[in-house]
Amino acid sequence: MPSFNFLLQKDPFSRIVMGNTAIVRAMVESGTRVVTSYPGSPTPEIADAISGMNPQDRPFYFEFSTNEKVATEVAFGASINGHLSCVFFKSVGLNVAADSFVQLSHMVLKGGMVVVLGDDPGANSSQNEQDNRHYAHLSYTPVLEPANPQEVYDMYLQAADIATKKQMPVILRLTTHVCHAKSRVEFNEWSNPPMDTTPGFDPTLANYIPITNRVHPMKRMALEKLDSLKPDSEKSVFKVDNNNRERGIITSGLTFLSLMDTLQYANHKPDILKLGMVYPIPEQAIKDFLSSHKEVKILEELDNILEKDIKALAFDSSIKCRIIGKSGFDDWQNEYTPEKVHSIISSVWPDMLAKRPEPEKLSVSAPPRPAQMCPGCGHRSAFFAIKKAVGVEDITVADIGCHTLGFLPPYNMGQVLLCMGASPGIGAGLSLFNDKRKVLAFMGDSTFFHAGAAGVINNIFNNHNMTLILMENGTTAMTGHQNHPGVGHNFDEITQKISPKAVFESYGIKVREVDTYQQAKLTAMVKESMDEDGFNVVIARHPCMLKFTREQRRKTSFTPKTVTVDQSSCDHNYTCISSFGCPSFFITDEGNVTINEDLCIGDGSCIQTCPSDAIDFSRNKKEK
Amino acid sequence: MNFHNIYITGVGGQGIGLLSETMLLSGDFAGLDVRAVDTHGLAQRGGTVESFLRLGKNIHSPLIAPGMADLVIALEINEALRGMDKYLRNNGTLIYYDTQWQPLEVRLSRKSTLNEDVINTQAKIRNCNVHRVFVEDLPDTRMQNVAILGTIAAKKLVEGITPEHYIQALSQLLKPSVLKGNLEVFNKILLKK
Repeated sequence: MPSFNFLLQKDPFSRIVMGNTAIVRAMVESGTRVVTSYPGSPTPEIADAISGMNPQDRPFYFEFSTNEKVATEVAFGASINGHLSCVFFKSVGLNVAADSFVQLSHMVLKGGMVVVLGDDPGANSSQNEQDNRHYAHLSYTPVLEPANPQEVYDMYLQAADIATKKQMPVILRLTTHVCHAKSRVEFNEWSNPPMDTTPGFDPTLANYIPITNRVHPMKRMALEKLDSLKPDSEKSVFKVDNNNRERGIITSGLTFLSLMDTLQYANHKPDILKLGMVYPIPEQAIKDFLSSHKEVKILEELDNILEKDIKALAFDSSIKCRIIGKSGFDDWQNEYTPEKVHSIISSVWPDMLAKRPEPEKLSVSAPPRPAQMCPGCGHRSAFFAIKKAVGVEDITVADIGCHTLGFLPPYNMGQVLLCMGASPGIGAGLSLFNDKRKVLAFMGDSTFFHAGAAGVINNIFNNHNMTLILMENGTTAMTGHQNHPGVGHNFDEITQKISPKAVFESYGIKVREVDTYQQAKLTAMVKESMDEDGFNVVIARHPCMLKFTREQRRKTSFTPKTVTVDQSSCDHNYTCISSFGCPSFFITDEGNVTINEDLCIGDGSCIQTCPSDAIDFSRNKKEK
Repeated sequence: MNFHNIYITGVGGQGIGLLSETMLLSGDFAGLDVRAVDTHGLAQRGGTVESFLRLGKNIHSPLIAPGMADLVIALEINEALRGMDKYLRNNGTLIYYDTQWQPLEVRLSRKSTLNEDVINTQAKIRNCNVHRVFVEDLPDTRMQNVAILGTIAAKKLVEGITPEHYIQALSQLLKPSVLKGNLEVFNKILLKK
């Protein structure tokens, strides 16, 4: 783990950092005292930077909570106790947190609170590309939207300042390639002021119990605070004056950078109004911009939120400017990359940009390479074994985690997916009026603690007829091996280990468990379980081998291992490739199966899958 | 040319992160403005990993538009073809390490058709330079990224960045225990050319 202690230096400095790193320096400088999260791309590298600082020098408390809702509640509790707090998570995490999140603006947040969202236009690593600016409108919460790492840092400081002064929540909305962008950032000094640890919660400061008619004054306060930010919004605009009184563009965030790059092709350049605070919008700046141009394009990634606000403003102000919004469904989708912006601008104003040069077409294209489970992954053995227990007509329900990849060939396990922890509920619904097609659902251990328990309990409560496979790998693998409540270690220290098996048994569920490398036993257990009525759980356990192998490689005693294929025994049955599908197998030009020793970790889980016993551990240990 | 667009690609697990971070720092040491962005998250699990690096003046986004990379660096041959196809401009440069991590489709089709000749023929369509890197006696396959870096330095593929800048960057990024071996590989390639 690289050191991030540079984030704690006292003097001003500049350095090339990721947006996700820059934000941590802003937490330090702003005096943020409590930070919480649940891991999810594109934000987990924020926690990487936090964990790379000496814990005893870290001027704030940090935890990975069990889910985004709990993380929001912990940050809220800290804030009403007088501490500036921050919660961060990915786009869809806000759906989990929403029940608590929408109340925040109704409360007097004594210490202030910054909500950092990692939205994912393009759905690079999410089940949708939802535009969380909608939640800002729903909850009367202001939104700042940075475009690059410098702005991530600057705008966090601004968000913290507003949140503290107005005792309210402020959203800092990042997107994937703002989180992960790297460029030089200029940081300020940090004096490390002493921390006030007085528990400052004062129930007489405001009404904290929103019941019936007590709600309305709270809502009014939220609306008034939001309204009071209009001057801040006006100050957040950045204008690029190209002396064009005909055409202008209003935009924000990373899209602004795409636009600036695209204008290298411009025959004539439009004026640009870049917004920093996108909710509430800077009404005066927008009115002035609209009034001084004949046509204004709203260049807005994902949904038409600014477009609607700006059109309403123009209508109310009787401004005659032609406002050009989205024109087709493509405009609603995907990230606004430089090439997408080029094509949108060209369709709006065909004479503005020269064509992008296109290289000659190649005659051969590369085979697709979807993400896949790692060599030795326990989920591979699990899917290989479970597939043998599942009938053609049976139904398999996926959940979120590395094991989602089981839906891909050659396993095709998992036919429907909603979100974290949804599989027991979906499976229950599929089991109704259904005595022909058995239902099997998958779920990871981190997900069980996150949002899965309620679905599991419901299946007991309502006697649902299905089998749940808990794919227990002992970590939150997909987002970078963060600890969860079943690990026995939280972000900072050893803690009580909660065993999913013990939890299930305490619910009164019949639990079968097996290491997934015992493939035949797992197949038999799943068959038994599916043949029984009622709700059953099979724990298919194997530690995450990526994590395990990385840990092994750090040891001096480490000797690399591989398996080998005996060419004289191999009868070219290809089970290893066609059904088991470990990426370490390599097919030669002659159609022989060999081992890619760069990939093979010598776990040997494939040995039992070969019908001709041609695979064995390599006797010659791989050279290090 | 007032900017240099570099697209770096390979398969998750090949050490693309270190390669792109080294290039980024080297560019910074050379006094160039830099913007970069890497793939994170699920896509890293055995999928194509990509890293965008932009050096020079008047650049804004860290992203490179398709067909606009001046240089494509690939750590694997399938990804060399994919990266060239999507990102390399006409008259650009491709450098790749000639190793193969076969995608599932190739394994399921039970035949491998991609080789050096295919890469060269395809590159010719766009009039691109190709540098194939393969080191017979590499002490550790995880040093393939440094073998690529050594070749980039030896052939001066990035204007303005000298071998010293690359060495300075490696020295900052690698632990002393692995730095020595990596510098040996780097210097050996540098001196050979």
